[in-house]
Amino acid sequence: MLYREAGEFKSTYQADQAILTIRQDRWFMWAMLAFAFLVIPLISSEYWLGTILLPFLILALAALGLNVLTGYAGQLSLGTGGFMATGAFAAYKLATAFPELHIVVVILLAGLLTAGVGILFGIPSLRIKGFYLAVATLASQFFLIWMFNKFGWFTNYSASGVISAPPMSVFGDAFVTGPYATAEAKYLFTLSLVVLFALMTKNLVRSNIGREWMAVRDMDIAAEIIGIKMLSTKLKAFAYSSFLCGISGALWAFVYTGSVEPLAFDVNRSFQILFMIIIGGLGSIMGAFLGAAFIVLLPIFLSNAPHWIGLNIPVDLISHIEFMVFGVLIIFFLIVEPHGLARLWQLLKEKLRLWPFPY
Amino acid sequence: MTIKRLKTGIIAAATISACLAGSAAMAMESQFIGSLVYRTGPYAPGGIPWADGFADYIELLNARDGGINGVKLELEECDTAYNTDKGVECYERLKNKGSTGMPAVMPLSTGITYALLDRVVADKIPLITSGYGRADAADGRVFPYVFVPPATYWGGADIAINYIASQEGGYGNLKGKKIALVYHDSAYGKEPINTLNTLAEQLGFKFFEFPVPHPGLEQKATWLKIGRQIRPDYVLMWGWGVMNATAIKEAAAVGFPRDKFIGVWWSGNDADMVPAGDAAIGYKSLQFNSVGSDFGIHQQIRSELYAKGKGAASSVEGTGEVAYNRGIQSALILTEALRTAMAEFGNRPMTGEQVAWAMDRLNITQERLKEVGADGLFDPIQLSCADHQGKGRARVTQWDGKQWQAISDWIEPNLNMLRAMYEKSAAAYAKEKGITPRDCK
Repeated sequence: MLYREAGEFKSTYQADQAILTIRQDRWFMWAMLAFAFLVIPLISSEYWLGTILLPFLILALAALGLNVLTGYAGQLSLGTGGFMATGAFAAYKLATAFPELHIVVVILLAGLLTAGVGILFGIPSLRIKGFYLAVATLASQFFLIWMFNKFGWFTNYSASGVISAPPMSVFGDAFVTGPYATAEAKYLFTLSLVVLFALMTKNLVRSNIGREWMAVRDMDIAAEIIGIKMLSTKLKAFAYSSFLCGISGALWAFVYTGSVEPLAFDVNRSFQILFMIIIGGLGSIMGAFLGAAFIVLLPIFLSNAPHWIGLNIPVDLISHIEFMVFGVLIIFFLIVEPHGLARLWQLLKEKLRLWPFPY
Repeated sequence: MTIKRLKTGIIAAATISACLAGSAAMAMESQFIGSLVYRTGPYAPGGIPWADGFADYIELLNARDGGINGVKLELEECDTAYNTDKGVECYERLKNKGSTGMPAVMPLSTGITYALLDRVVADKIPLITSGYGRADAADGRVFPYVFVPPATYWGGADIAINYIASQEGGYGNLKGKKIALVYHDSAYGKEPINTLNTLAEQLGFKFFEFPVPHPGLEQKATWLKIGRQIRPDYVLMWGWGVMNATAIKEAAAVGFPRDKFIGVWWSGNDADMVPAGDAAIGYKSLQFNSVGSDFGIHQQIRSELYAKGKGAASSVEGTGEVAYNRGIQSALILTEALRTAMAEFGNRPMTGEQVAWAMDRLNITQERLKEVGADGLFDPIQLSCADHQGKGRARVTQWDGKQWQAISDWIEPNLNMLRAMYEKSAAAYAKEKGITPRDCK
């Protein structure tokens, strides 16, 4: 009744090719953005902004990156943590070697460097496929972390191998890293970057590059026969995916924690991001966000919930319950909808079109 | 409905129901104490005794004295599972609880320590890292909110060499000796390398590094090289969790003498020795607290808490493990800082800033340790604005198959050399982060 496209006529090609073709979808998106940019910073506490929403956004960006590679281009990767670490260490080296560089420039350059590293580790994908490629990318994960641990140059010869972000501001006093950055500034800065890259990714996967990726994913031999070059297509996917992961790693190190050791990006991080896109939905921008929300927010909710309802149970019991409930929920959602939360979202929208008179 | 309002609603409902349940209204505001523990996860065997020791000492003060100077202590734990992401979340969740927020944070993990370094400065909450974390935080001018008593890894490395020298009959005899370090390949394990390199240059011994990747279950190649090829005179270990027992078993397999094998304090938990079985007999470990379970403080905890069924540990046997004693020591450092702060600011709950002020003046004397029944269990600690470490002493203990036995007196590290290293490293950090060191007059 409320949500339908009847009566919305498109009279230009531009309108026909818009990302959101239904008016209600556009309203919803604008409302969401207004809520995220204007309302959330006003109503949220520092705990919510700095501890829950910030890692959610940063990991959603990494999930977006992996989703390009795995969900759109069909290349299974377990190297996400390594690429995030590359972004973090590249940003650190840039920020300390050239202190006058602006933080946005530092982060973008870190992303570009990571893209280069991603291309390097993407080369084996031309010969190996599927689960075997997962093992090859796993090697990149271990190699990169080992490299940052091994060579002191990456950490400016710090005794412990830990990097920490110098205080940097977007403009004037608006610090987004270092001890005097406010949670609001960090949140808005990260949100802007994430929204920007989500929009860019959405457009990219609708362009000819994205269609090439999907053709390779669906059947690589057929794609090759119709004239899609494997080399450049796969490497483009690796490059763009690593670019996003690198930026997310740089944000994690600089904006979220401020100091990190390479172990923050170990293989568990790669698995965490992979689970995000599997639960959220492969090949979907929305899925990256839904999956990140599920993996990041749900455990925090579960560990806080007993307290909110006034139950006083020991912390170790809470942790164990959290593990069990979380596991059960993962299984439940995968049984209910094997294509991820994004598919549920889509089904909901389809049902809403017919509401309240389904046939 | 906004999330925040929903939360407020739930909290309000919970509070009302708690009141209806008849919980006694407190006559005076209580001091909130947040404790980051790991009672779950891969390292839980070492984390549980620490958490129990910490909780028991706080509970002892409540049960015996009604808190500190009449201010009741209200302890809330948050489980980090030794995971940095969870640790940061725990810190943010606890930091504003109670009437004055968290008076200090003890993250119990090098990873969480690094993630909190910036945050504690902004929140003005002291970060107390007893025997872990950033060694150069001993320079209180650059790190006003970080405290590292009773000892640092750099100090630990120096103490180990000091002990080896005493075994060999003086520093002069170290020339040409071979000393190897087996370490967990992480920020934690790498901390002593600089110190050992410096000492190797000064004293003329040869130093070999053996990184072990996390989690440390695969050390065959490492120990073949140590046992068959290099044959060092001593092996030091900066290990963690399951890596410790594995290393001891591998050392036994290649026949490396266990009494020439010295671990840092985190390689000296009871929980790590038991799985190694007889292979661990003779193995040595540094400890920044002494060992034993029959000090006055243990007896009080048993009679006040365990006899009445109020202890935190599941059985009374756990009271006295090395990790348990460390928990008591951390609780003691915090509560003594609270006492110092209350002497200045009055007997009411203290804020983080007030506790940081007190930590700068913390003085746990031998007499004070006698009063609390921990004379000989812990070393006195005296801090100042510039010195956030104290004496940094540790002693060497040896595993006899059932428990640790102290085999040396408190060994002091070379504080002049360490201080110069701390200051150099802290100055580099200050430059990188744009910190102006405070003036400690």
